[in-house]
Amino acid sequence: MAVNRMFRTCPSTGLLFHEPAEKLMKAHAVAAVVSLLVGGILALGVTLTRWQAVHLLSPDWFYLFLTAHGVDMLVLWIIFFEIAILYFASSTLLRCRLATPGLAWVGFWLMILGAIMNNYAIFSGTSSVMFTSYAPMGAHPAFYLGLILFAVGALIGCFVFLGTLVVAKAERTYNGSIPLVTFGAVTACIIAVFTIASGAIILIPTFLWSVGLVEHIDSLMYRTVWWGFGHSSQQINVAAHVSVWYAIAAIVFGAKPMSEKVSRGAFLLYILFLQLASAHHLLADPGLTSNWKIFNTSYAMYLAVLASMVHGLTVPGAIEVAQREKGYNRGLFEWLRKAPWGNPVFAGMFISLIGFGFLGGISGVMMGTEQLNLIIHNTIYVPGHFHATVVVGTTLAFMSLTYFLIPVLFRRKMLFPKLAQWQPYLFGLGMSAFALFMMGAGTLGVPRRHWDISFAGNAMPYEFPGAAWLMMALTALAGLAAVVGGAIYLLITVGSVFFAPRVDVPDFKHVRAAEGIAPAPAPVAAAIAAHHPNVGMAGFVAPGTLVLAMVFLISFILYYFVNWKYLSTVWPLS
Amino acid sequence: MTTETRVDPMNDLPPEEPVPVMQQLLDNPFLLLFLGVALPTVLYVIWGVMEIVNIPVAK
Amino acid sequence: MSAILPPEDRVWWKQPLDRVEGTWVVIALIWCLIMFFMMPYWHVFGKQNLANEAYRTTPEVYMKKAQDMVDKFTVRTETDQKIPVVAPPAGSDVYLVARLWSWWPILELEAGKSYRIHLMSMDWLHGFSLQPENINIQVHPGYDHVLTVQPTRAGTYSIICNEYCGINHHTMSSKLYVK
Repeated sequence: MAVNRMFRTCPSTGLLFHEPAEKLMKAHAVAAVVSLLVGGILALGVTLTRWQAVHLLSPDWFYLFLTAHGVDMLVLWIIFFEIAILYFASSTLLRCRLATPGLAWVGFWLMILGAIMNNYAIFSGTSSVMFTSYAPMGAHPAFYLGLILFAVGALIGCFVFLGTLVVAKAERTYNGSIPLVTFGAVTACIIAVFTIASGAIILIPTFLWSVGLVEHIDSLMYRTVWWGFGHSSQQINVAAHVSVWYAIAAIVFGAKPMSEKVSRGAFLLYILFLQLASAHHLLADPGLTSNWKIFNTSYAMYLAVLASMVHGLTVPGAIEVAQREKGYNRGLFEWLRKAPWGNPVFAGMFISLIGFGFLGGISGVMMGTEQLNLIIHNTIYVPGHFHATVVVGTTLAFMSLTYFLIPVLFRRKMLFPKLAQWQPYLFGLGMSAFALFMMGAGTLGVPRRHWDISFAGNAMPYEFPGAAWLMMALTALAGLAAVVGGAIYLLITVGSVFFAPRVDVPDFKHVRAAEGIAPAPAPVAAAIAAHHPNVGMAGFVAPGTLVLAMVFLISFILYYFVNWKYLSTVWPLS
Repeated sequence: MTTETRVDPMNDLPPEEPVPVMQQLLDNPFLLLFLGVALPTVLYVIWGVMEIVNIPVAK
Repeated sequence: MSAILPPEDRVWWKQPLDRVEGTWVVIALIWCLIMFFMMPYWHVFGKQNLANEAYRTTPEVYMKKAQDMVDKFTVRTETDQKIPVVAPPAGSDVYLVARLWSWWPILELEAGKSYRIHLMSMDWLHGFSLQPENINIQVHPGYDHVLTVQPTRAGTYSIICNEYCGINHHTMSSKLYVK
């Protein structure tokens, strides 16, 4: 079989793109953005319905919208984009041909087919079962089959990624170890394999149940195994967006990881323990013992939280060191003040990092504490948390990366550059406020996935306090700001990719990589290569980052014990 | 592996310096894949399912 | 651009730790251990814990136990649907039935006394959400979940459903009285 070895070099970044891989990355990115568009329109309907003063949709449409919004955002948008990242991190960063592009296309079309089938089932009105589709509430068989096909396609993408690693090693396209960003992608890929395996274990029997071939699906068994899929799929995102943070720090600042050992060690903790957090969803369920709950919900003694705290330090720490070496070495925070805040690639990435840590990370640990979960379980605090992680964290990181990829991968000039400067702020801050207000409403007991908290027409309604109604209204307003931010992203991305002038590449030519010989990695500047650069204060190379980390830790500790205090006031239970 | 005989122009380390075990683990995606799937499968899925199966029947 | 390039050193595992990173890893690890041990600590010294008491059963068996309790301890009925209000004695087994889309019966408890409250669904998943106390527990079909609960303050509370259970999910709410 003839192997396509055609490469092109990006003139501005020196990145080497394998042509078949490039086409695949583009296809996956476009599919991702289309999913984001659909999911965003649905988001508008959902948020305007939960704003009780507007209450836009009828209950059947609300639950339909909410189901489709969950699937299209949490699965389609993110996994399509992640497969593109896997191909970028393997083929492009390892300067290697992509293994079996034909098979990769089979995976892509399976994902498309599954996505359409699942969405068809939802929009036909027969599958308003929420993203979680808890048995024994049943959906149309096409709902489960669509998800299964999509997952098989994604699994093929994972194996193409792993195959590319093998090819790169065999053809010696790099020396020594793979780059850190590629290692992060390996982490994401491994978690994805566990995710898809769990999904298969539960969705295949549920599909068979929906067509009448299986008698009974146990609700507790379903929830336990399903969350191995549902929660782990969001852990793929964590590994992926942390890799994107490292990549953007490297691209924008030339930042070098503070130490390979610590960053890779942290990724190893993700590989080993992150998936255990699927237990977060089962803390208020009967029958599972506290031993199982405590061990799993804490990722075996919070070792994955430790890893996130490490990444949260090393990414800005690496940026700080790089900035200080450029001369922004005065005081604690000159490096941060003089950062390129007008560059959406950096601004989005930094808001993503802060929002993910302060809002998503801290709230996640609260909900994942066995006893604290009692005052949070299934309230709107939960979507508040995961909009901070998946939207502020993952989606915004992916948006930032897109601004880098438009000229580099799509070779188009970016349209509306002024608008792009504002987009991360509008979207990131709007979404952060959205998440924060939802957490506020959740603390007051407002349930998630609920059409009408006024309980109108009910014989025994519950009257939520006025503050809860206010929080829901503020949630909707912040949500509208975020939707506008998302629309601007779509306008810029779609406009640039399809309508903007091509980036002219005068010396563009196809590079034929001779078999078995790889170009050596570009030498790194001597100043950066020195391990103890002459920067920083009081013996610390990144003192500003350490101070920020301490602010984070103190907020974390205070909020943690405030919640225990609150728990201690509710009715004793045993 | 293939790196043993190769003279690496990029650094001054003697090529025969052994790679530490932890680095060898981190450089091996398939070993990591095995660990990353086996560990949660045993600790989360199998342990959890065993507990559900062992819930007593009400009298 | 070195996070996107292979590490420069062939052996990078032996690079010394930077002081910023070393300090932070130690502090973060200590905090992680504190958070971990808070959970067993609260099981021993705290008052709000879910017991591990649960039984596998069927809707018929569970419903019969609930009906027996209602027959014995009903004090009055409420609303047009004549929902029984049940005042079981302290320490007894109290059965709350969750079904599409109601909680049955209405409970009337005494402050400061403890009760063995059983939760189970007759059909799909439901969510027991006691407001404004904000205690939230998942309710499964086929699993009888037993909680020993001690109401602290007198008043009228609401039980709403906070697990999506179909088109009339938002109408599933009830009362709980504490005297």
